[in-house]
This record gives sequence, structure tokens and C-alpha cells, in this order.
Amino acid sequence: MDGTQFMTFHDLAYDAGKTDFQRKAEVIGVGREGELLEVAMGPQHPSTHGVFRMDVVLDGETVVKLKPVFGYLHRNHEKIAENTSYLGSMPYTDRLDYFCSLTNNWAYALAVEKLAGLQVPERAEYIRLITAELTRVLNHTCLAGFLLQDMGALGTPLMYAFREREKILDLFESLTGARMMCNYMRFGGCRCDLPAGWLAEARKVVAEYPKFLDEFDALLSGNEILMARTQGVGKLSAELAINAGITGPMLRASGVDYDLRKVDNYGIYSRYPFRVPLGDHGDVYDRYMIRMLEMRESLKILEPALKDIPEGPVVDPKAKLRGFRPKPGEAYGRIETPKGELGFYLISDGSPNPYRYRVRPPSLINLTILEDMCLGQTVADAVITLGSVDIVLGEVDR
Amino acid sequence: METLEQTLARAAVAAPGAQLSVVKNDSPCAQHSLLVDVEHAYAVAKFLRDDPQLRLDYCSNVTGVDFLDAELSEKVKVKKVVDGVEKEVEEVKKTKRAGYLEAVYHLYSMALKHGPVILRQRTPGRADPVKVTSLTPLWRSCEFQEREVFDLYGVLFDGHPDLRRILMWDGFKDYPMRKDYAEPDDYEYEPTPHDEVLEKAKAHLPKAEVKA
Repeated sequence: MDGTQFMTFHDLAYDAGKTDFQRKAEVIGVGREGELLEVAMGPQHPSTHGVFRMDVVLDGETVVKLKPVFGYLHRNHEKIAENTSYLGSMPYTDRLDYFCSLTNNWAYALAVEKLAGLQVPERAEYIRLITAELTRVLNHTCLAGFLLQDMGALGTPLMYAFREREKILDLFESLTGARMMCNYMRFGGCRCDLPAGWLAEARKVVAEYPKFLDEFDALLSGNEILMARTQGVGKLSAELAINAGITGPMLRASGVDYDLRKVDNYGIYSRYPFRVPLGDHGDVYDRYMIRMLEMRESLKILEPALKDIPEGPVVDPKAKLRGFRPKPGEAYGRIETPKGELGFYLISDGSPNPYRYRVRPPSLINLTILEDMCLGQTVADAVITLGSVDIVLGEVDR
Repeated sequence: METLEQTLARAAVAAPGAQLSVVKNDSPCAQHSLLVDVEHAYAVAKFLRDDPQLRLDYCSNVTGVDFLDAELSEKVKVKKVVDGVEKEVEEVKKTKRAGYLEAVYHLYSMALKHGPVILRQRTPGRADPVKVTSLTPLWRSCEFQEREVFDLYGVLFDGHPDLRRILMWDGFKDYPMRKDYAEPDDYEYEPTPHDEVLEKAKAHLPKAEVKA
């Protein structure tokens, strides 16, 4: 797995005249086909986090080929969005990455605001930042639980994680009316103001969260089994990570300092100092630790933001909800969601519907190098490598 | 970061013979893009990636756009003699534009933290086969995204190592994101598809799969 030569099964020129069997023989050597076992992991496999399928070729227990297969949850989100109004696809963005609906909303709202040149009021910017960081904490908590579940730590870490997640979901429910499908952001602001007492509740959750993280850290981070199981597994070099367009915690675990909250400075992130944790080795353990550290950084942003939030309107009075027609043009807006860079590319032709609506899904693109990370490792390591990528199939397949 | 016009001038030197132009974007964010001909797309993209001033090492987003044949109307001021007096009159001038498909690339630099530079490749027409140059050999991140553009728009990427359908199944015939795509009726739930439903179904699947 040399980072400079991205040699995989896909590097062989695709020759339509050859059968899959012949192509496989080129990779693994003629005459050895009988020794190999082909396993379709998924689409109904508990370790693939949804209806994702990996076609794995095994030599004993070693992975010699891995092909991801997508599309089981494909519903052509982009086509649906092109046939409805701009606002009409806002609730649909919730269904992309259903763990982080609020950041999905924000990415879409940001792209439309760029397209139409809308301003966001101060209070709405604070609400966006607070909800997005709560989403990040929530997502990383769940990921840690799921990853440990994949490793065989059945139940305990996941239940602890879900206990904490529930507290944040309660906040979302009282704010937006829904636990997961929030549909909260609007172009030029947010749908409604914070309910009475919400800030106090949120402060309480944020203040208590480090206690849970300490508990989680004490339970897991230094655990000998966890370290033996994850260190040196699923390594990804920085060079390959950049070339393959990996974003989010996975990129930073490979040691690349690229966080859109710092690079693009969208929203009001420049007002709050926070650090961007970076990994050294780019293995599964680093990806786990990056997320644990990122949660603490998010809490560092949340704490002052919950105090500083000003009074005022939550939506730009100039922004129209009904009959919204941006002038012809195009815009690409992106934000740092918990999983990576979520981008929306919109083209307007002056009609109420977007002419082109494109989602740049971080989950799908982070899977590009799944094969490179898994080759030569055991099938059990492939499972946790996939777990550390952090995918949600609603976003991968769209 | 330099302007797109400067980038264009330097790219034209680096890739001789390339036909480059700037596509203006009228929206407030003013993300203009660089249109490159299909033959020289690889050379220009390689320049954008390797040039020390740009170092666009990260290809964030790849997508397709479909533009149908259209009649463009433009208001033109024409001098005309009306009732013996020469006057300036506004006339609507109509021109026909042939449809085309585009592949759009959003490039950023992780090293220098700037961007985006938007690169577009345009096909001459919409009739199959529509071909553009694959940039997967330069950026691995294009691999799945170009496959997706092929799957949903039917754009062939020359030089792509593994161009297969990605979201639709292998037996699927059409390209659903094209603007003139007509979806089939849900004939699977008809016990015996007939008449219009059968005709629509026939248009979408190979004959063997449609049982009349």
C-alpha cells in the first residue's frame, strides 16, 4: 500500500471484452482462482451500516480484492429536487445524512444564500453554529459507539453513546419539533426562534458533556484491546487522502490540516478559537481519537456561543419563502459537516425550481479508497476500517 | 489568488493549442468557470494541479449538467426607417442553440487553501456517444463521481479505469438525470402490462425482460 502508486484492481484498463473472471485472474494470478473465496458482504450485513455492499475476495482471511457496490438506497434525490421548488427540497436534505440533518440544512441554505445573495441575521448565525456543533458532538458520539460495536464491544459503548445522544435529540425536538428530520434552516436564517428555556437546557447538556467524554475516554481510549485492534489498521497516507478527495475527520487523521470551518470561515466560526486535532498515522485508532478530540473542541465553541447569543430576528426579512426565484447563475456552497465536506452545487435559470441541484456527498467520496485501505488485511479489519470511515447510506446513495 | 483570466493565460501557454474561455456567472457569489475543449482537458487539468502558484491538489466536486436545445432570445437595438424617420427600435433576435452536456469540476487547493477554480468540459452535442476526458488519473476523487455522471447523464469519460454504472443497476438502459428523460410507468405492479404502459416499458428495458 504505497501512497504514491495507487495500484488497485481498478488500475487495470477496463476491457469490456474480458469477463470479470479473467480480470480477476490478472490481479490474483492465474490458477489460483479456486483458492479464493468471494463473499458479498451486504447489502443486509450488520457491519455495513445500512444497505451497503462490499464484494470481497478473500485468500484465507486476507482481503485481496474489495469492490464497493452502491445504489440500494438510490432514489435520485437530485432529480426530485430539480422538479420541486428551492424550499421544497429543504426537508429532503434531512434524509441525506439522517444523523446530521441540521448540518445538511445549513449546507443547502448556504448554497442558496450564495446563489441569491441573502444575508443571515446575527442571531440566526449563532443558532446555526450552536445546532451544527451539537450535531457534530452527536454524530461523533454515535460513531464511537458504532465503531466499538463493529469491533466486538457489543452493547455497552453504544448504549452509553445513545444515552448521551438522546439528550441532544431532546434539544432538537424542543427546537424544531423533530428529533432527526429537523427541517429547520431557511434561506436567510432559521425557521423559528428558540423556545423559552432552550438555552438553559442546552447549557446544561453542554456543561455535563465533558463528564461523559471523560468516562468514555477512561473506558475505551486507553484500552489495550482497542489499541491492539485498531493501531496500524486501515492506514491511509496523507498524499493519497488528498488526491482521493477525502474530507472530514478521516483526512485530518492522516495529518492534513484542512477544516472548512477554518479555511472557508463560513458562519461565525472565526469568532471562536478552537483547535483542529490532527493524526499521525492515519489508522483506525487515529480516526477514533480525532473524533473524541473534536467533540471537546466543539464543546469549547458551544460554551461561549451559548452565552454570547444576541437577541434579534432569526430570518432575513428580505428573504422570500414562496415564489423564491434566484437570478440566473450558479453557486457551489460547502460546509464542514461531521462526516466531511458537504457541498451543494446549484444552477438557476430564473425559474422557481433549480435547473441543476447537485449534492457532493462526503460519505460516498470517502469510500473511494476503501479498497486501498483494506487490501492485505483480514476481513475483520475491513469491517472496522469501514466503520471508521463513518458512512450513512442515505447520503452515499442519495 | 490570481484571477481566472490570468490562470487562463498561463494555462494557454502550458497547454498549447487548448481552446480556453471564461464562462461568466452572474450570481452574487461570482464563481466564474474555465471552459476547456475535450482534447486538451487533461493537459490543462494537469497544469492546474501541478502549477506551484495554483496547486489545485483537491478535486472536490464532479458533476454533469444537461442543456437541451434551446431558442435564445436577445433584445437587439436596430436602426430602422419608420414613417420616413430613422429610429432606433428594439427587436427580439432569436438564435438557436444546440444542446450539450457538461462535466463540471470544482478544484481546490489543500496546500495553499484557496479555490475554487471551476473547470468545465462541454460536449459538441447531446447525441450519443457523448465523450469527455476523464480526470481520474489526476485526481482519484473523480473516480466514483465520474462514474455517477456516466450513470445518470450518459457521458463517457475517456481514460476512466472502471466506467460502470454506480447507482442504477447494470441492466438499466436510460440516463435518468437527462432533462428529456421520460420515466417508465411502474409496470412491475401490473399483472399484464398493456397498451401505453407496455410501450413505455419497452422503451426502457431490453426485449427479453418485458413480458407481454
